[in-house]
Amino acid sequence: MIVTAPDFAAWRGAARALLAAEVSPADVLFDDGTAPGLFAAAELPPVPAGPALEVPRAFVALAESVSCHRDPQRWGRLYRALWRLTRGEPHLLDLATDDDVAWLFRAEKSVRRDAHKMKAFVRFRKVGEHFVAWHRPDHRIVRRVAPFFRRRFPEMHWSVLTPDDSVTWDREGLHFGPGVSARDAPPPDVLEDMWKTYYRATFNPARIKLKAMKKELPVRHWATLPEAALIPDLLAEAADRVAAMVQHSEGTPSAADFLPATRDLDGLRAAARDCTACGLCGPIVPPVFGTGPADARIALVGDQPDTSGAADELLDTALEEAGIDRAAVYRTTAVKQTAFAERDGAREPRRANAREVGACRPWLLAELAALRPAVIVCLGPLAAKAVLGPLFRFTERRGEVLPAGGTIAIATHFPATILRAPEEARAEIWAELVTHLARALELAGAGYHPPSHYSSRVPY
Amino acid sequence: MDTRRKLEVLADAAKYDASCASSGSKSTRRGSRLGSTEGMGICHSYTPDGRCVSLLKLLLTNYCVYDCKFCVNRVSSDTPRARFTVAEVIDLTVEFYRRNYIEGLFLSSGIVGSIDGTMEQLVAVARGLREGHGFGGYIHLKLIPGASAELVAEAGRWADRLSANIELPTAQDLHQLAPEKTRADITGTMTTVADGIAERAADRKAGLKAPVFAPAGQSTQMVVGATPTTDGVILGTADELYRTQKLRRVYYSAYSPTPHADARLPALRPPLLREHRLYQADWLLRFYGFEVSEVVAPGANLALDVDPKLAWALANRDRFPVDVNAAPRELLLRIPGVGVRNVERILAVRRHHALTVADLRALRVNWKSAAPFVLTGDHNPALRKLDTVGLKKSVQPTLFDDLDGYA
Ligand code: SF4
Repeated sequence: MIVTAPDFAAWRGAARALLAAEVSPADVLFDDGTAPGLFAAAELPPVPAGPALEVPRAFVALAESVSCHRDPQRWGRLYRALWRLTRGEPHLLDLATDDDVAWLFRAEKSVRRDAHKMKAFVRFRKVGEHFVAWHRPDHRIVRRVAPFFRRRFPEMHWSVLTPDDSVTWDREGLHFGPGVSARDAPPPDVLEDMWKTYYRATFNPARIKLKAMKKELPVRHWATLPEAALIPDLLAEAADRVAAMVQHSEGTPSAADFLPATRDLDGLRAAARDCTACGLCGPIVPPVFGTGPADARIALVGDQPDTSGAADELLDTALEEAGIDRAAVYRTTAVKQTAFAERDGAREPRRANAREVGACRPWLLAELAALRPAVIVCLGPLAAKAVLGPLFRFTERRGEVLPAGGTIAIATHFPATILRAPEEARAEIWAELVTHLARALELAGAGYHPPSHYSSRVPY
Repeated sequence: MDTRRKLEVLADAAKYDASCASSGSKSTRRGSRLGSTEGMGICHSYTPDGRCVSLLKLLLTNYCVYDCKFCVNRVSSDTPRARFTVAEVIDLTVEFYRRNYIEGLFLSSGIVGSIDGTMEQLVAVARGLREGHGFGGYIHLKLIPGASAELVAEAGRWADRLSANIELPTAQDLHQLAPEKTRADITGTMTTVADGIAERAADRKAGLKAPVFAPAGQSTQMVVGATPTTDGVILGTADELYRTQKLRRVYYSAYSPTPHADARLPALRPPLLREHRLYQADWLLRFYGFEVSEVVAPGANLALDVDPKLAWALANRDRFPVDVNAAPRELLLRIPGVGVRNVERILAVRRHHALTVADLRALRVNWKSAAPFVLTGDHNPALRKLDTVGLKKSVQPTLFDDLDGYA
């Protein structure tokens, strides 16, 4: 007999009646209404009164899902499974290798995957205050997936249009309607360009895996995904972009490459002569390494070699005022050569940049490690960051005694700051500098144990 | 700079972060007006590098005072810089979300000003999305190692997932390539998160209505191939993190040449196949009951030509063939070509009848890999076959099957 089953509810009613009348699966043909039937549908036998047959809950869920599948076989397959479940094979669904069960599982998987893709690949476009999407699913899943979008976008007024069905949420209820052809899809909205910008930027041309991509983003969906239009271009550019990346490894070489095996002060000084890490030094302007006694208790770190001598002079005065014997301190800098900038044809000293400071830092750290002073005095923010790490906040923390790689450091003003400071501030800066230096002297004698909770933050 | 240009710079800068998944949150936040997290793991698009686009992955800024050698955003790199405002990120997230482009936001940042100042900004974006927009979508915040516990706690309130990057497999690697970061800071931050998660679980068990805390747990990322450290050490570190910090995921990121790479790093194509094998091995640890020591020795690397499960089987031929009709679950899980789901199905079927080769084929097990290792009622791979020298060759999937002719 032929039974019409356009949807799940109709099939379910029919299946109940057929089962009760003991109509074997071999004797029934389900017509799902997608193609005009050759024969008229038969009258269903009446459903006898009494409790409905019990089937495993898992079967109901499976049947609901499989009913969305496009294959006309689905109703027959489901009925046969139902028949077997209720006739001596209650464990049928455990038998994943059975032909009927395997077919149903595959159909269920196909529907599940399609529903998943719909949740992912629907692209709303804003039309006035209304968000509209056109999507082409493989199966008839609009009713199955619509509640997901309702839960996700409760405050939006939206519609999803597909060739078979459409659904609209008006902030109160879901309304289902007829299919809509691709011609009636909404036009792109302004945000689509932003999305494409994002898509382009997030792609790494060094890692092309096209097969993996196509597996997850089936080409048949590309037409409704705005970003898919970029793919051919992205692929075409990729090889060149990678080549450029590899070539452009211009890099920031580091002095670490030049560190010698023996790292005493003389060894370091000798090896530094070859350093070309940041380009400030060269055969004519070799690195200016630190000077002073190798057993100095105090090491002073400035930013870069003083070309004018003015800063050094001021420092000498400050040391004297603080009561420090200037012959007993070791003086060095964060960067071992002075940086220059061209301005209006003239060369003038400039501040070293982060790249140069970073490149030269291994010398400074090796130098301090070889020296093991009792106290490091950092003169100015640049030197302080080189010693205490890039997050050191000079304005807030200068004058504090801080642990630094097994010893202690204190940051204070760079003497030359005084020359640039406004008249009224000079006295104060000077007083601070002298106080900090005096504190360093005191610490150099006292021996000091840094609080342990700091130690994990020390950068070297 | 207009928002579009910032998007270009700050998405480009964020793309080296491997984590993209939006999975792990079991339910949508109560009272959300826009967005849900029920569609776990929805990938809204894929880029030609085969990776999914699930979240809007951005940096708040790519200015950074740190100088981590493998990072394109390190202070000494001459990459173009940009900085989003908190409002811009919130706006982009909401508008992208409304069009169903994304599942949510993955937000990270370069470190500027101070650690806590940077962390505060990240938290402000998440708070703004939740409180200002009733946003119920997924949020993954990257933690700045060393951030204060209060800020980490607040981040956990707004975010679904938190992560602090372990960056490199050993403390020495870190010292060498990320001199400003310390293992202690990183694991300290992880512990704060792990404690927050454990505390909430305990409160709920005691029947208290505890506020949410990173319901999707925490993850981390490790750069692979920037130092000579071996896979054995890498997996050892991952395993330790799974055990001690209860991480949900460890992401492995093949070191990729960045446009402004430090010269001391290999200017090579990223070791993608190695990364792939690490993920396979990681999978064996988490779902198949393997110990690290079974998969790879500490000083060794994973084989590139066979997947780690097949490699184990080849090295332990005396354990095979496994009788699919009698073997315990743990052993079934060790058969090459048979996945977790099929193990469950085999167990269900065999309660009713003995399995044959046809059954295994119906389950679509990878027969080419599995055949020499299984015993069914009608299939008995002569032990001779297991002993053959050419076995590896005959069971091995085509090399680079899943890498699409890359390499
Ligand atoms: S300034 Fe420092 S890093 Fe630059 S070349 Fe001279 S010694 Fe090397």
